[in-house]
Amino acid sequence: MANKITYREINQDIIGFMTNTGIWYYIVLGFMALGALALFFAPWAYQIYTGQGVTGLNVPIFWGVYLVNFVFWVGVAHAGTLISAMLFITKTPWRRSIARGAETMTFFALILVTLFIFIHMGRPWNFYWSFPYPNQRLLWTNFQSPLMFDVFAIGTYFTSSAIFLYFGMIPDLAALKHHTTGWRKWLYTTLSLGWRGTDRQWHVQGKATMFFSSFIMPLVVSVHSIVSWDFALSVVPGYSKTIFAPYFVTGALLSGFAGVVLMLTLLRWFFPFVRKYVTEYHYDSIGKMILLLSLVWSYCTIMEILTGLYANTSEEMESLKYKILTDPYMQLFALMMFSNTILPLVLMIKKVRITPVIMFFICIFVMVGMWLERYLIIPNALSRKFLPWMWYDYFPSWVELSITAGAFMFFIAMFMASIKIFPVFSLFELKEDAGIPMEKPHGEG
Amino acid sequence: MSKIVKKVKERLRDFRRPGYYKEFEYNWTMVIDLDKCNGCEACVVACHAENNLPIVGKDECSKSRAFNWIRIERYVEGEFPNVKVKFIPIMCQHCNSAPCELGCPVYATYHNQDGLNVQVYNRCVGTFTCATYCPYDVRRFNWFTYKWPEPLDQQLNPDVTVREMGVMEKCTFCIQRIRVAKDRAKDENRKVRDGEVVPACVQSCPTGALVFGDRNDPKSRVAKLAKSPRRFRLLEGLNTDPSVIYLKRVMKKSGSKKHGEHG
Repeated sequence: MANKITYREINQDIIGFMTNTGIWYYIVLGFMALGALALFFAPWAYQIYTGQGVTGLNVPIFWGVYLVNFVFWVGVAHAGTLISAMLFITKTPWRRSIARGAETMTFFALILVTLFIFIHMGRPWNFYWSFPYPNQRLLWTNFQSPLMFDVFAIGTYFTSSAIFLYFGMIPDLAALKHHTTGWRKWLYTTLSLGWRGTDRQWHVQGKATMFFSSFIMPLVVSVHSIVSWDFALSVVPGYSKTIFAPYFVTGALLSGFAGVVLMLTLLRWFFPFVRKYVTEYHYDSIGKMILLLSLVWSYCTIMEILTGLYANTSEEMESLKYKILTDPYMQLFALMMFSNTILPLVLMIKKVRITPVIMFFICIFVMVGMWLERYLIIPNALSRKFLPWMWYDYFPSWVELSITAGAFMFFIAMFMASIKIFPVFSLFELKEDAGIPMEKPHGEG
Repeated sequence: MSKIVKKVKERLRDFRRPGYYKEFEYNWTMVIDLDKCNGCEACVVACHAENNLPIVGKDECSKSRAFNWIRIERYVEGEFPNVKVKFIPIMCQHCNSAPCELGCPVYATYHNQDGLNVQVYNRCVGTFTCATYCPYDVRRFNWFTYKWPEPLDQQLNPDVTVREMGVMEKCTFCIQRIRVAKDRAKDENRKVRDGEVVPACVQSCPTGALVFGDRNDPKSRVAKLAKSPRRFRLLEGLNTDPSVIYLKRVMKKSGSKKHGEHG
């Protein structure tokens, strides 16, 4: 860890990674892109052409796996904001080398979030009706609707995280344009907006980052609270819970951090230079964060069940019984509790936190657990609404399962293509970390 | 000064709740006497014929996608010798503070000037929110663009639209008939008379269990029936304020031979 990293080395590492691409990278990228096309876009086209009837949805269960994926990807998008904004304001040292990657994840996860809203709609070609635009027929949107809140929450989140990502990248793009040729040089020159690295420019850039961080920080809390109100503002027994906003925010951050660990670990495995910048120190810090979030999440889960038991209305009990004691969901609930509450407890041991392999597998479990959490809330609550005559079970159809799997491939394809064009590590922040001259141990600057 | 404040407040309220009326011109109400209902499902058939509801077939029905705006729910109580079967017709309750109206982002479902909960098919984008929020599960979705095989397409009601896929729909209290009656009343410069509007289910009910009318008119049949001591509304604890009023069935209490007990 005491090795000194020079500026030249950082430049060479990142630019070398971006410009030298092996054949296997192209093969994997192509496989993911084709998979996205075959598993994500083709079934979606089929669904648009035929109708929502190709899904497993039925009369009481109108919200299924699409909404589960929607909430899941909003969750994955959450760590990016937290790392880039909240940890920037609190000047947390370990954010620097992982912030850009997390922000990139946020951006692409939000693209999937938007797509899943459209996939879930009955008539997606009319999506623009949910925007309040002036029109001759004086049609307006319903600002009381939690879905309307969603349009604004996710719209704001998407716009501001895209601007934040681009803004932080400008000094890097300016650095890259001196080291590249051809189309890349043209692209970076255009996008760097004449950045020359003068004192004044750095001053303005620092101010702007601070401004955007303060602007985005409330979004960490608000976006997922609003997503949870989609459910909490109804009267359905399993949905109408006041704890949903903090519960969903914690869950989102938990899955978001797990996503960041998965991304960093995969990068470390396939590109050895990453190990210089993402060290045990980072794993240690993220591990503590995941442990904390997992404990808060567990508290919320137990509270959600306890308040239901305390209310003791017949519909609430029926809903809980279906979620916790009925056959396939009982096992899924147990798996969720194992992977989100019991398994992360091993993160109390430092040796576990600093071993990437173990962290990787814990985070896979956390991701699965968080997906199941949404599944156990969204379609399950609708299976047991008020009138027993209409009770029915739900199982996703092949279209829904295929789109779910395809979404992951689409995400990986977008991410892989992006990190070859835009730096996945922030050059200037890595250099800040390296220090002039490098005396401090790496990562504590 | 306070007058201006009051006016501004009123305007603000109107702005916040467009489509919501302080007073309803009519308050269409249905009274369902469970004592008279014999569960023959004639209302279900009449509704299908009147409102162009598709016949979706066995496969779709087995997926719980049966397409009816009104249904008879049956509940069986007790073990074999002492079996009691209860049934209750359920359609859209036209709640006056409806959970579904809160959910729709585009105002495809809203409250109209007659106190009806209406669905605008052309405006619907299919977010499913209304159906998810509905505690009565009365909303139906067009999973596909349903087709009527020849010559059944000839019997479609010309007064009612045929819906395309991706659109939510539900009982309208036969709004097309309400419109006709209101138009006629307007031409003759009067209000709609009691019994002038007859929805398809009410018309077809052989026992006269279903009664429809305007509750704002104190002399109407529904207004009188609504005062019955047997009245109740479905899931009243949710505070949805439904426009459908049920009259409880008076049953022999199982085990005793006394008549007139509420069962």
